[in-house]
Amino acid sequence: MQLLNHLNFPKLSRAQIRTFKDKLTAFYMAVGGIGVIITILLIFFYLVYTVYPLFKSADISEVNSFPVNTHYGQTLHLAVEEQNKIAVQYTNKGYALFFDTRTGKQIKQIDLLANNKAKVTSFKISQLVNNTVIFGLSNGRVLIAKHHFRISYPDDKMHIEPEIIYPAGKKPILVDNKKQALIDVAYQQNDEQARIIAITDDNRILMVLLQRESSGLLEEEDEETSAEFTKTIVDLPKIQGAQSILIEPQQRIAYIATKSGEITVIDISEEDNINVIEKVHLLKDNQTLTSFTFLTGGISILVGNNEGEIAQWFPVNADNIPHLTFIRSFNQQQSGIIDIETEQRRKGFVSVTRDGQIAIFNSTAKREVLNVVIPEMSIQHIALSPRADFLITANNKEITTWHIENEHPEISWAILWEQVWYESYTEPEYTWQSSSADNDFEPKYSFMPLAFGTLKAAFYAMLFAIPLAIMGAIYTAYFMAPKMRAIVKPSIEIMEALPTVILGFLAGLWLAPFLEENLVGVFSLLIVMPMGILLFSFGWQTLPKKIRLQVPDGWHAALLIPVIFFLGWVALSLSPQLEVFFFDGNIQLWLKESLGMDFDQRNALVVGIAMGVAVIPTIFSIAEDAIFSVPKHLTFGSLALGATPWQTLIRVVILTASPGIFSAVMIGMGRAVGETMIVLMATGNTPVMDFSIFQGMRTLSANIAVEVPEAEVASTHYRILFLAALVLFLFTFIFNTAAEIVRHRLRKKYSSL
Amino acid sequence: MIKKWFKSGDPWIWLNAAAVSTSIIIVVGLLLLIAVRGLSHFWPAHVIQAELVNNSQRITLIGEVIETEEVPIQRLLDSGINIKTDKEFITRTLLKVGNRDKLGSDFRWIIFPENTAINYPKNIIQVERREWGNFYGYIKNITKNGKIIATQDAAWQQLQPLIDKTNELHDKIRNIEKNEIGGINYQLERFRLERRKFELQGINDKEALAEISASEAKLYKEYEVHKKSLAVLYKEITTYSVNAEIMDGQDVVIPLATIVRAYQPNALTFLQKISTYFSKLAEFIFDDPREANTEGGIFPAIFGTVLMVILMAILVTPCGVIAAIYLREYAKQGPLTRLIRIAVNNLAGVPSIVYGIFGLGFFIYFLGGEIDQLFYPEALPTPTFGTPGILWSSLTLAILTVPVVIVATEEGLSRIPKSLREGSLALGATKSETLWRIIIPMATPAMMTGMILAIARAAGEVAPLMLVGVVKLAPSLPLDGSAPFLHLDRKFMHLGFHIYDVGFQSPNVEAARPLVYATSFLLVLVIVILNLAAIWIRNNLREKYRNLES
Repeated sequence: MQLLNHLNFPKLSRAQIRTFKDKLTAFYMAVGGIGVIITILLIFFYLVYTVYPLFKSADISEVNSFPVNTHYGQTLHLAVEEQNKIAVQYTNKGYALFFDTRTGKQIKQIDLLANNKAKVTSFKISQLVNNTVIFGLSNGRVLIAKHHFRISYPDDKMHIEPEIIYPAGKKPILVDNKKQALIDVAYQQNDEQARIIAITDDNRILMVLLQRESSGLLEEEDEETSAEFTKTIVDLPKIQGAQSILIEPQQRIAYIATKSGEITVIDISEEDNINVIEKVHLLKDNQTLTSFTFLTGGISILVGNNEGEIAQWFPVNADNIPHLTFIRSFNQQQSGIIDIETEQRRKGFVSVTRDGQIAIFNSTAKREVLNVVIPEMSIQHIALSPRADFLITANNKEITTWHIENEHPEISWAILWEQVWYESYTEPEYTWQSSSADNDFEPKYSFMPLAFGTLKAAFYAMLFAIPLAIMGAIYTAYFMAPKMRAIVKPSIEIMEALPTVILGFLAGLWLAPFLEENLVGVFSLLIVMPMGILLFSFGWQTLPKKIRLQVPDGWHAALLIPVIFFLGWVALSLSPQLEVFFFDGNIQLWLKESLGMDFDQRNALVVGIAMGVAVIPTIFSIAEDAIFSVPKHLTFGSLALGATPWQTLIRVVILTASPGIFSAVMIGMGRAVGETMIVLMATGNTPVMDFSIFQGMRTLSANIAVEVPEAEVASTHYRILFLAALVLFLFTFIFNTAAEIVRHRLRKKYSSL
Repeated sequence: MIKKWFKSGDPWIWLNAAAVSTSIIIVVGLLLLIAVRGLSHFWPAHVIQAELVNNSQRITLIGEVIETEEVPIQRLLDSGINIKTDKEFITRTLLKVGNRDKLGSDFRWIIFPENTAINYPKNIIQVERREWGNFYGYIKNITKNGKIIATQDAAWQQLQPLIDKTNELHDKIRNIEKNEIGGINYQLERFRLERRKFELQGINDKEALAEISASEAKLYKEYEVHKKSLAVLYKEITTYSVNAEIMDGQDVVIPLATIVRAYQPNALTFLQKISTYFSKLAEFIFDDPREANTEGGIFPAIFGTVLMVILMAILVTPCGVIAAIYLREYAKQGPLTRLIRIAVNNLAGVPSIVYGIFGLGFFIYFLGGEIDQLFYPEALPTPTFGTPGILWSSLTLAILTVPVVIVATEEGLSRIPKSLREGSLALGATKSETLWRIIIPMATPAMMTGMILAIARAAGEVAPLMLVGVVKLAPSLPLDGSAPFLHLDRKFMHLGFHIYDVGFQSPNVEAARPLVYATSFLLVLVIVILNLAAIWIRNNLREKYRNLES
């Protein structure tokens, strides 16, 4: 019965309905209120959530493992295709074996040395030339082969057909006329020519230059091109104990290393003028070279030794001569490096040691993103997929496949805030250069130039705004007639709402050319203005009382308006004369020739003034409030004790209100730091680190506005821009909170006074 | 005496006063600069004709004087201009010579020799064209299908009615192209998506498909009709052209279809000038932009700004008010609420670009992407909501401005005397009754203030919008005649972004500058009025409670 009553909506008493409504309102207010508050706090969490993956370590997980097929010989090298579905294994019997990476099932085997009795004596992958390998043979010949995966879509399903291409012909090329076995080989090619360098068994070093006769390209799919080459064989200088060779992609320089880590750098650009540029020791005594390879792009060399050290070297120009220079070393591994496999699209690499320690690094960031030890495997070979998300390891018995989760290895504290030695730079630098079309590009994500630009812009803005705003606030709050204050205060405050895009537009299109024209006049204002005002006030002082009393107390400011106009007019109209008199009629040229300062039309001066104008109302309004609300009995007391108004102001009012003025400056600073449109429009947006007032800058906020629309979603660049936003967020949040707390304290202090 | 004077501190007071005066001069100067430059653009200026001799060559220049300035000779010499004079300064003049199609650029810096004859011939005509900018020169004749029908003065007499007629035709053509055919295209696209939807869901509803086909056929038929009438109109509009001569004697053919307005600037009476002024002003406010936004009107930008701001206000006001009421009336006052209050307060100071990037990441890529997956799979891979648009813009700005509303409303709530609340409760009202009947009505002005301040802030904000929805030229308005009328997924134009884009990204900045000033003036006007309204309401509010408290 009770239940039925409820279902039939029993007649609730009025009180019950009212209580229900009350509860309902309370509920909705709570849900709504908390919801809104959570939503706006969500910004912070979302920024953190987007930025977090940048700092995550990499992850590796075993996918599969299967026995290795030893029937065709020992493994020399492994490689995986783009989709991580098919891999290729080169063996020392000259076979290329293609297998499925999920099952290990053999798909295809190709005998590269068919009808050839020679044995494989050396092997090298030719880095930087896609998928190309080179075999050095026992009869002084080399074979160049390239694996290729042809992708087609029969019935809308992806089908990958592996195949082998011979870029220099199917027949091995004769390198050594004496037919000695080749103990190391290297190969490099471009559209017109290819170079092979080989070390023979009796320690001669030979270079073969292949040049195309007809002007076609080295067709990737063309298998029968061998006839069209001309071949030149050149002897390179002998090097005792030569062990390993690298040729850089432009084929100008070859690096030949010995076991003890001595590198000979040879200029091979002209075959009839081979010369040794320098010899460099890469290792300490008693260390031996175990790994010697290029990083993507072919500029940096990675050197691994038997003690587990990996170091990066690249040529640095000094007086136009490149010197192979030590750049950085990476975390030392516990045992000797066996193999270093580089990523194809980033400046990263994977190292493996004798004891089965696998580590993943990023070279620019000098960051070790992963380090795991798999001791039981005794890995001998590793292969990284083109996307660097898949790894194959192999030993004598087993091939194991791994999945790698390593999205953002490029970021570390050092790369954001410290000087980094980028490839082809002559010294470590702070640089922001986020993107390029090229895969080999080394992205330069230093926040320093941006943070510097942000602070520089804010500094010049504050330099302009603080004196005007605070002095103005002092006068308005303490000396100005109430009637005038009622007009002045709101009219300055209304400026706060002026869209910054308008200020930016005026700064860029009106102020910048104006300042360029009248630079001398504007700087002369700095002297003319205070002097003129002091002169005027002194003159006013000496006027007879009758005239002086015409202007009531507290209206000085109104009196000064025509004076300032006059002084401004004087300074600006004298500008050309001054420029001719002091600076030969062209101050920009004078600056460059006498002080070596470049002049940008859109420079820090323009930004300083425009952004100063934007923050004056903020600072003015808060500082004025603080000064105005200093309790009156304090000032009256001081005046009654015989202090002049100025003394009272300096010793009593300002001192009491100083926390409020401080918080005004902080809030103004916060606004200047985050302002986007003005800096976007009034500077050239070049990320330079130059504090000159006549140079532009790029700020964090303008950088976000410029680059985020082009950044690929969830890429490192995208997340870094979010990081920039987070930095801005925290920066302004901290500034504002500090200011808020100071103001809160001040309010308490006043109420207790 | 000077020492004594310094000791009295007076000079420092004067310097402080100077700071106020300077600030005031900056404020007023800025507003005046924008107003004068923005409003004077529409005034039909005199066109000069200057005859001068340069290297024993007679040159005639016709154009509007934009500005003159004094420059040191040295600077001109440094930049490679060869002048023979013993003076140190020289006056140069920026002349708008127009005729971009023949002369290459609209503007020329000229240094007039002393023997230049400047006069203002009454029969110079100025023609505003839909392409190539202004024409300045003399009319020769009017042709109809290639045959001359009037020459010289007679031609000028006949020109005006013909321009009115072709403008009418032009409007008709535009109406058909934009509204009628645009609407048809929009519907056809919707039918295509509907088909795709059936395909995706594996439904083979023959009836529905037949219905779609029938409607499509109907639309195609309509389209054919429009196409025919367009062909007729196009033929009609290309009938007449004007042959005219520019300053260096070159002949120019101006098809009448490209003329917006033509007048003889030096022959206008004051009243005619005023009427031309207002006709130009009306064009500026109510017309679409032309020539990569550097000419014509800014109507789509005004419309986009207003619509976006209205949407934002609808979103932000209830949210902000509820949050403020919760914080002030319901939440337990303690350290946590204080912390939240400080946080909310400080969010108002977080740079707007941070909100922009948040909007891009969270709303567009995350929420928008999800919405597209769920509700608009048929349009993929073209995103519907997973791309910048007006909805995301107003949401982003709503989050940006919600602290403003919260702070203003809370301030209003805190000003309501406690005695009123206690009185109501003591009389037996519940908390919600007190809230609805006493507190909210009294706090309404505060909420209004908050809303107006939020609108004023949102109307001027550009940086976040650049990431979440504005474009330089939107093909269609977000509100139009095709169902569902309000297209929240569309991109839109915005006054502030228009200023940035035209001022900094346009190919012809010099020509566009006056329009940017005019746009700025409009924006400033709107924002200043909104702010003044907020201040006025706030002051009234304070008065009201002062009375209550006493």
